[in-house]
Formats: sequence, structure tokens, C-alpha cells
Amino acid sequence: MIQGVQINLISGDRLDKMTTMEKIRLILDDVIEGNIVVLETGLTPDEQSKLIEVTMLEITPDGFSGIEMETYAPKRSSSMGGGFFAKLLGKKGSGTRMTVIGPANQMKTIKKDKDLISAWVSSR
Amino acid sequence: MNLFLRTKKRLSRFVNAFFKKRQSRIGIYGPPNAGKTTLSNRIVRDWTGDALGPVSQIPHETRRARRKEGITISNQNGNSVTIDIVDTPGVTTKIDYQEFIEYGMEKDDAIKRAREATEGVAEAMHWLREDIDGVIYMLDSTLDPFTQVNIMLVGIIESRNLPVLIVANKLDLPDANPSAIRKAFPQHPVIPLSGLEGNNMDELYDKMLEYFG
Repeated sequence: MIQGVQINLISGDRLDKMTTMEKIRLILDDVIEGNIVVLETGLTPDEQSKLIEVTMLEITPDGFSGIEMETYAPKRSSSMGGGFFAKLLGKKGSGTRMTVIGPANQMKTIKKDKDLISAWVSSR
Repeated sequence: MNLFLRTKKRLSRFVNAFFKKRQSRIGIYGPPNAGKTTLSNRIVRDWTGDALGPVSQIPHETRRARRKEGITISNQNGNSVTIDIVDTPGVTTKIDYQEFIEYGMEKDDAIKRAREATEGVAEAMHWLREDIDGVIYMLDSTLDPFTQVNIMLVGIIESRNLPVLIVANKLDLPDANPSAIRKAFPQHPVIPLSGLEGNNMDELYDKMLEYFG
């Protein structure tokens, strides 16, 4: 049997149909199992904030110790077609970037720069 | 004082109390061990003579948000602002009690500290979403600022359109590199200082008057 780590790549289309809590549950259930989750379109800042909050509630001694998350800084409004009219039309989620999330005890950032992220992943 | 003046003063107090916006709550945010409580204590002590909480080398010493109300900061030009300072637990995405054991804590104490720290982080995020009007974001200037937590938190603060000042703390240490913080967050003012020694606090107070006034 092949030894390794399962990676789940979740499309932007699937994420678009989900509520914040559905996304957070999907991510955390996978990560607690020891899987790596790749989100094609990432999370909004509000969703990231709630992910941190719910992650904290899931941490247990000698069990799940949290998440390691990797993404780039959100794109600024001029390049994402945002601004006043986007706000007026209720445009949401723009500026989010591809995001990788894994268990903190299996994933470690090696190098992080503005436009390059290197991470190392181990099996359990 | 004649009757007219007394009535005018009373009326003015009543109108102010009725229509005045509540004082801005300024949250001191950042990763663990960036010096948030040291700076909070410094600000509170400078303007009220009081203190907010204990500090420690062990991460997550602050595990509950603490608020000090009604701090009036002023300058020589007569400008002033009255704010509440909220010292928050360090934000992280992971907490392992083993880390505290490495600092010499007993296992039971380390587990308890880890549990309280997780609650503290959740509480800090809740405050940021619901009750904070401006942020002082603290960074240890001897460390790489390009961490996920920093990028994520600054993104969350920006998305809420909150005024933010970034503090490049621990300027007293030989490895301090505030220019790396300026490079990482060029969109925000960066104030290099030492919360421990109190260096460059005047620049912070001037910026606080400008941004939170």
C-alpha cells in the first residue's frame, strides 16, 4: 500500500455554493483526519477569522493541535475590480487567493515571501 | 456664574451625554510574545499611572482580553483623544501544550494554559469582529514579518476598514529590523519602538492622535 498524505483539492465552484460554516467544517473535518486541503479560491477575511476561532475550539491535548495555513496576501481592490461599485453591487469574496491548509503537526512552512511559499508536509 | 451660563453648561452636558459616540476601543493585536501587554502597560501607565496585566517570557501569558477605559492621550498642540485600550491574547492558528513544558511547566499546568490560550485566541477574534474600532498591530522586529498569521490578521483588519498602526517592537534588541516590517506592510504606518524601554513612544502617541482621534 502507498504510504503518504491525502490531498483534497476543492474547486472554487464548490466553495461558492457553501456557507461559511460549511466551508469551515469541511476544512477542519479533513485536517483533523490528517489530510491536506487545497482551496482553489481561498477564504474571505471574515471566513479566515471564523476558521481561527473554530480551530481553537477543536484543539485537544495529545490530539489535534491546530492548523498550518498558507496563502498569499489578498489582492488589492484596484486589481480585483472592487471599489465603490463592487460594494454597491454586494460583490463578495474577491481578492481571495489559493489556500493550503493542513494539520500543524504535519505541515511546516519552509519559506514564505510575497510571491513564493514553500511548505513541507509529513505523513502521520 | 449667572443663571444663563449655568443653564447653558447643563444643557451642553446633557446633549453631549445623549449624542456622544462611545469612546473608540483600540485593540492591541499581534502574534504571541510580540510585546502587546508590555506596550499596553506602557500606554496605560504613561497616561493614568495604572497597569493592565502581567508579562512573561512564556507565550500566551495574556489569555483573556483586558480593557482599560477612558485613556486620554494629548500633545503639546492641545490635541487629545480619549480611548479604551484592549490588550488581547496573541493570535495563532496552533497551540500545543508541549511548548509550555519546554519552558519548564508541569504537564497539568501546561494543559490548563493551552486550554485557556485557545479560549483567549477565540475571544480575541470575536472582539475584532464585533467590538474594536481601531488596531495597534504589534510585531517583534527581530522576527520575519511574513508569517501567515500576520498576513491573515492584517487582511482581516483591512477588510473591516479599521484604522491600523503597525508597531515594530523590541527596537532595544540588536537583531531588530523594522525595515523588513515596512517592506512587508507598505500600506500602513510603521512605528519602530521599544515598549520595554519606552523609546519613541511620542511618535506612537502622535500617530494615535492622528489615526484614532
